[in-house]
Amino acid sequence: MATGPAPCTVRSPVALQVGDVKTDLARPGVAVIDVALPSAQPLDLQEIIFKNSYTAFLTVRVQRCRPCDVGRDGARKWVTCLWNHCLMPSPHTEAGSQDYFSLSRHQLLCDVDQVTAMRLILRQPSPFWLHFTLEELLLYPSALQTDFPSWLSYLAPSRTPISITIACLQGVPDPEKVSTEVQQLWVLTEMIRANQTAARIGRFDVDGCYDINLLSYT
Amino acid sequence: MMLEQDTGLSLAIAQIVQRLKGSSLHSQLERQARGSLHKPEIKLESLKEDIKEFLKTSGWEKRLQNAVYSELNVFPSPCHPAAPPEHIKEPLVYMRKAQGSWEKRILKSLNSMCTELSIPLARKRPIGEQKELLNKWNEMGTDEPDLTLFRPVYAPKDFLEVLMNLRNPNYENGDQPSFRNHLGLIQVPLKVKDIPELKDYFSELGLNTGQLGIDDSTEVPPELFENEHIRVGQTVLTEQDSAAAQQYVRQGCPTALRAELWALILNISNQPEDILYYEQLKSNVIQHDLLVDSLIYKDVKLTASNDDYYFVFEDYLYQVLLCFSRDTSVLEHFSYNSATPPKSYIRGVIPFHGFSMYVAPLCFLYHEPSKLYQIFREMYVRFFFRLHSISSHPSGIVSLCLLFETLLQTHLPQLFYHLREIGAQPLRISFKWMVRAFSGYLATDQLLLLWDRILGYNSLEILAVLAAAVFAFRAVNLMEVTSLAAAEAVLADLSTLKVMPLLQIFLFATVT
Repeated sequence: MATGPAPCTVRSPVALQVGDVKTDLARPGVAVIDVALPSAQPLDLQEIIFKNSYTAFLTVRVQRCRPCDVGRDGARKWVTCLWNHCLMPSPHTEAGSQDYFSLSRHQLLCDVDQVTAMRLILRQPSPFWLHFTLEELLLYPSALQTDFPSWLSYLAPSRTPISITIACLQGVPDPEKVSTEVQQLWVLTEMIRANQTAARIGRFDVDGCYDINLLSYT
Repeated sequence: MMLEQDTGLSLAIAQIVQRLKGSSLHSQLERQARGSLHKPEIKLESLKEDIKEFLKTSGWEKRLQNAVYSELNVFPSPCHPAAPPEHIKEPLVYMRKAQGSWEKRILKSLNSMCTELSIPLARKRPIGEQKELLNKWNEMGTDEPDLTLFRPVYAPKDFLEVLMNLRNPNYENGDQPSFRNHLGLIQVPLKVKDIPELKDYFSELGLNTGQLGIDDSTEVPPELFENEHIRVGQTVLTEQDSAAAQQYVRQGCPTALRAELWALILNISNQPEDILYYEQLKSNVIQHDLLVDSLIYKDVKLTASNDDYYFVFEDYLYQVLLCFSRDTSVLEHFSYNSATPPKSYIRGVIPFHGFSMYVAPLCFLYHEPSKLYQIFREMYVRFFFRLHSISSHPSGIVSLCLLFETLLQTHLPQLFYHLREIGAQPLRISFKWMVRAFSGYLATDQLLLLWDRILGYNSLEILAVLAAAVFAFRAVNLMEVTSLAAAEAVLADLSTLKVMPLLQIFLFATVT
């Protein structure tokens, strides 16, 4: 994506539990993370990226500010856009427990334009893990959202032939020729940059590299 | 989800292209394509297709396929773009930390050995010494340097202690024994396969499929399986297809074809530049002396030289291991190895007690030092490094230990309970077998049949299955022992065991 992550406030996970949170020994298997987006800028969501931390299943619900989403009493509806997505295929074991995941808009069940709030519902049915959450949560907007300043669409008029001949007579090199040469040089540098190889060049010694007495720890 | 697979595929393709670009195969292909322009069948209108056709018929496409297949086998599939490089080495933070502190301990031990003995880690050899070493390059075994003050940096049982103490801080590790604690020595909850999954994974080892190691014994007429299998092996070699060879060796390699088949699977072709590279490493050995060399000498003298099967290869072992300790190309594998080399210009795989046993069995197959060297190096960066570094990979030593213990608990619960009660945790006995990939414990022909399957399945899980199968085989005797020492004695000698029948019985013929 060309654009960076959208600004949002991610609250820490709240465990959903029946009974007293502090004294109850049973581990809650469900937690909710609320993500608030600035109300003045509803987001057209392109991608959600996060790092898992022992969450097994993820459900995502969003609130949109479109007129069809407002209920009869005026409150905005919550719509589920991802249901029970599996992050850890075997919740008692480590597989997937600390991996990075991304969810793009085409994987979601509903349209995610004009989003104002998001709720991530985390489930971890295994009692083995002490804590579970998601880390490094980032929301990326769609590229279409960037504003196009109107002056960019104004194209400068092209140079007339008369001005070029005048420039030649005055000893200035032909700008067309210079620009093609510069273009060729640019193409060469681009080619070299594109052909970065991961293959080794070969061995080379650094002077004095064999005279060592101790290995460092860091 | 389909789009996810597509982006994953294009990422993998981009990564492989990146790695193969600029390699000698790339320049050879370019040279061949340019040379083919003189041929009459290449026409300008259909240049691209004609050159592709030419590369296919001349066998160059196959070489490219083999190179791509080799890259797919060795390097892990591309991670999420947001994942940092240490995540690719090892995704679990607590395992990275444990590997880091283990490495610090090893370095500390090495540094203190240096200062105690006042020996530099590395020094340039004087000219006279260089000449002397060059003269006796092929018989370094006759040298008897004073190695009494050197001691191995660590032994497998030290490493086992570290693995036993691995704990996930986010896991419920209560002091009270409960269903959460594992009954064995390993306490990390990694995913391991159970017997139905192993049966599926190792389906070619099943009772209805022919195997070398079982169906080539003297009682079985060779027309039933052996002759046909050898014929198929020769066809695979003529076709020079890595993927086909890997599939083929799952049923075992005929002895005459093994060396070439393994070289094909590992994509080793012994080009002139490979021989030149080996000669460069040899000159590095001649010019500089490393402390690690003395450790290698000591290890070879203690292990391989004392072994009835391998003592004849002592000189080869020095020629390979001394070069290996100077090879910077090995540094590449640290991108997917959870370990990190120490900060110095010389690469850092620090040998432990028994390290030379990884090389010794290969000496039966390869007699030319540069080819032997390349095969060993490739085997190390594909498989053996996983046996002595802490990681969550399914072929890593931690997963293998857990797989062994889980198999034993599930299928021989009485034996497991009994051994635990007498203070003889089974892993204490089988750990050393798995760390050395059974080298030095099995008879060599059986060991090579086992390593055939490691190459064929591109996984070390078979080591854990074999370890459990050995315990199952000697279960009756083990039930009668009353101490760890007695249990060790029952399992001390594995040289008479036949590997393939044991594996087949354990996986496919045990009533559970």
